[in-house]
This record gives sequence, structure tokens and C-alpha cells, in this order.
Amino acid sequence: MKKIMVCIKRVVDYNVRVRVKPDGSGVMLDGVKMSVNPFDEIALEEALRIKERGSGIEVVAVSIGVADTQQQLRTALAMGADRAILVQTDTAVEPLTAARTFLAVAKKENPDLVFLGKQAIDDDANQTGQMLAAIWERPQATYASKVEIADGKATVTREVDAGLETIEVDLPAVITVDLRLNEPRYVKLPDIMKAKKKPLDVTSLEALGVSASVLLKTVKTEPPAQRQKGVMVKDVAELVDALKKKGLL
Amino acid sequence: MHKILIVGEHDGKTLNPATAKCVTCAKGIADGEITIAVLGADTAAVAAQAAALAGVKAVLRVDRAENQHPLAAVFAPQVAALAADYSHIFGPSTSFGKDLMPRVAALLGVAQVSDLMAVEGPFKFRRPIYAGNAIITVEADSAAKVIATVRVASFEAAAGGGAGVVELKSVSAALPAHTRYVGAKSGSTDRPDLQTAARVVSGGRALGSAENFKLLFSLADKLGAAVGASRAAVDAGYAANEMQVGQTGKIISPEIYVAIGISGAIQHLTGIKDARTIVAINKDGEAPIFEVADFGLVGDLFQIVPEFEKLVG
Repeated sequence: MKKIMVCIKRVVDYNVRVRVKPDGSGVMLDGVKMSVNPFDEIALEEALRIKERGSGIEVVAVSIGVADTQQQLRTALAMGADRAILVQTDTAVEPLTAARTFLAVAKKENPDLVFLGKQAIDDDANQTGQMLAAIWERPQATYASKVEIADGKATVTREVDAGLETIEVDLPAVITVDLRLNEPRYVKLPDIMKAKKKPLDVTSLEALGVSASVLLKTVKTEPPAQRQKGVMVKDVAELVDALKKKGLL
Repeated sequence: MHKILIVGEHDGKTLNPATAKCVTCAKGIADGEITIAVLGADTAAVAAQAAALAGVKAVLRVDRAENQHPLAAVFAPQVAALAADYSHIFGPSTSFGKDLMPRVAALLGVAQVSDLMAVEGPFKFRRPIYAGNAIITVEADSAAKVIATVRVASFEAAAGGGAGVVELKSVSAALPAHTRYVGAKSGSTDRPDLQTAARVVSGGRALGSAENFKLLFSLADKLGAAVGASRAAVDAGYAANEMQVGQTGKIISPEIYVAIGISGAIQHLTGIKDARTIVAINKDGEAPIFEVADFGLVGDLFQIVPEFEKLVG
């Protein structure tokens, strides 16, 4: 194991309550706090733990996005990534374009492992890791809650609907991580200072030979239907009565 | 005419009910013809179940030893090969479909519509983003294949009584050997399946311990309900991961959802907003769960739950 690549997305912070623009053209993002996608933080933490257990392993954080995405990559560097690459673009890229971009980077970097979050909390697409694995023609282990590396293989426990499933994949492989894989470390001030000196290269989709095609056109954005606020009952007896009246018990 | 292929989910014996919900979704596409593909080592039983779903024209059995376990890397090239004859390829938005379908889409070089919640036209669909805080309408290229995962909570299951034609289908696709199944551990239970149960009792961090979750299991057994949990309860180790309901867990649509000691973070609410009736029991009268509950009861769950169980018994 020589190198681990971690893909990171800049997203609206998970504490922000996102609102739809009145004209239906999208969601309001002006002045909203942006952060590293929480699942990608877990992905990076796992890469760092593998690096710390081994020796001579380099962790490279890669992101695609606007110039300000450097902030999120600096966070990744402060957490412990060795260097970062920003594929700078002002257009939002679809998952397949993101996968093609990460593939172009992977072909240059030749990582043994690529970690990503299982989904980004903005578009909730849950696609990029699987798509990267497909076009890289490498294994995928999605929704990882435990990762063990040995002898050129990863044994990954996955969170699936029925419980837990374990698969074994040959490296290089793509692993997408779930919530309970680890708890990401807090960044300390000295690390933030140190991160400023770490290399952060900026490149572009064009330089990587990727075109940002739009395959799915978003034609409208709406707020979700709201549930009506119901009634408060004073005790269990009243609750049971009400449910029986509705034929639910 | 639109030819729709649905990738059936099953465990070798039983067709997952998510498949019947995909059928209902596919019926929303006008002038469509629905085929279900089942991949497995021996799919005779599940193919018969798939063929019985009303509205299904044909069932393709893709039986081969490598298909014993649903590995995305092994299934995807086969589904991509089958896709040649279809305009739309749907899978359920379950851990099975979410793992598999993007790999299929990438092999075909097309986009995927994740969590399709409504069909507006053959190439126009609605789906949630930002944990359901916004709903977008997307239009796919009508010249390309449409790949989608279907948000099963948005659709009723298709009825039975159908008579689809079952055929054995051999698919020529090179299968990788780089991915191997090792094993599975399920919190096997006699309780109804969380994803399809008509009644769900769910607990949050306020339960305080795994031991206290037994209160909910007891109530659930009395109600014939499945048991769910908030992310906080799962993270705290009170409940198993497969019990998690919400944005990153299961999205469910039971007839009745009883949220006990769950404050109602937006990420949790997105998993339950399709429930017919929501009951909230919480000691904090200001908890956001009460904003969406049809019936709310403020009080100590450790008194309320045993009393509730007694009165419904």
C-alpha cells in the first residue's frame, strides 16, 4: 500500500436548513455555510488511520468545484492528508462527470485505494463511487462500516438493509463509507497552520480531458409537501381512543 | 412504446416487496411494457413470484453460479448487457439497488435518476434532494437510456394475479473475479420487515440504553409492528444499523409510525414523511417531531410505553 486517494465534496453544512428559491430555480445558497460532506470526512479519517497504521503511505485529497473549495481541501490537509488536488470548475458536475474526473486523476496517481462518502448530503445521489469503480473496472465496496487491509486485499463489512454483509475485494478498489465506520478527528490549530504549507494543486476538467456534459436537466425545484400539524392528546387513553377511531388499532 | 426493465431484488427464495413497488412506478410511464429480470443461482421460485405481479409482461431468469450473491461488480455487466433491449432500467432504492444501478449506468455511459418519487412523463421525473428539503423535477435525454432507482416509499406494491411469461435468458458478459462474497450477519427476527411493515414503532436516544429498547420490542410485538430507530440511537449502540430510519437509513411509509423519544431531526423526518399517521411521544413539548405528528403526547416514555402496551392489548 503506497497511496490512498480520498474524494471530497464541498456541500452546504448539514446544520443548515436549505430553502427553495421562490422562483423555483434552485435552492438558496448565498451566504450559506459550506463544509466537507460529512461522509467524505469519515472517508478521509479512515484513509488517515490506514496511513498511521502503516508506513510510507501517502493520502491525497481530491475535490471538484469552485475556487473556494480550497477551504474544504485545507480542512482535509489539516486533518492529515499529505497533499490536495482541486479540479476547479464553476459548473456543478453530475455524478458521472465527477466519476470520469476522479478516474482521470486516479490514472495519474495510481492509488491502491479510493475512498469516498457513500453519498453527498446535497444531491443525495449516492452514485459517484459506484460509477468510478465501474469505469475504472475495479471492485467497489459500498456502505463500509469496517475496513481491513491485508495482502493486497480489502475485507469490507457493509451496512445493508438486512444487516451486515462482508465482501473481499482485490486492490485497487473503491470503498464508499457509511456513518459508523469511524468518528472523524477534530482539527487542531497547529494543524491548520501546518496545512497552509502543504501542496494544493489546481487543475481543470479541460486539462484532465473531461467534458462536463449535462445528462439530466433540472427543470424545477420545489419545496416538499408539508404535513399538517396534528393534535396533542393529554394521555395514553385519549391516544388509544383516537387511533381506534381512525381504525389504526 | 417504452420498454421497461426492472431488476428484481430477492434472497433466492422470496422476491423483495420493493420489486412490486418498482412495477407500480413503471406503470406510471404511458405506453410501457414491463419486464423483470431476476439474477441468481436458481431463480425459479422468485421468477414465479415476479411473473404473478399484475402488469408484468415477461420475467427473464438469469441463472448462473456466480449470481449466488448480489455483488454489484458481478451483476452490473449482466444488467448492462440486458439493457440493450430496453429504454428504461429501474431498480429499487434499497441497499441492493443503490449499490448496483449506478454501476450499470456508468457502464452504459448514462446518468441515473436516484430515488425517483414520481413519474411526470416518460423522461421526466421528480426526486428529493437535501434530505427531502427540496424536490426537483429532472428531464432525461429521450435519446438515451433512463436508469433510475425507485424510492419505494413513494409507491404502493403492484397487486398479484398477473401472468407474465417466464423465460431463461443467457447473458454473455465477462464477469470479474476481483470481488468475492464472504458472509452476512442479519439481526434475524420474527418481526415484520421494517421497510414494508404496516406498523412501525421507533425509538430515539431518549431510550437511554439497548436494554430499554426492549420496551419497544415488547410494544411492537403486541402491535405486530417492526422496530426502527433514529440515527442517534444507532450511533449510541442502542439499536442495530439496519434499524435506522432517515436520510441515510431506511425511507419508510407505514400506515402508522410511533416515534418514541425521537426529537425529529430533519434527517429523520425525511425517512418518515410518507407514513400515513405519525404518533409522537416525547418529554419535550417543543421537539420538532410534534410539527409533523398527527397525534402528539408529551410525557415520560418510560410510563407511557408500558401503559400504551396495556391499553392496546
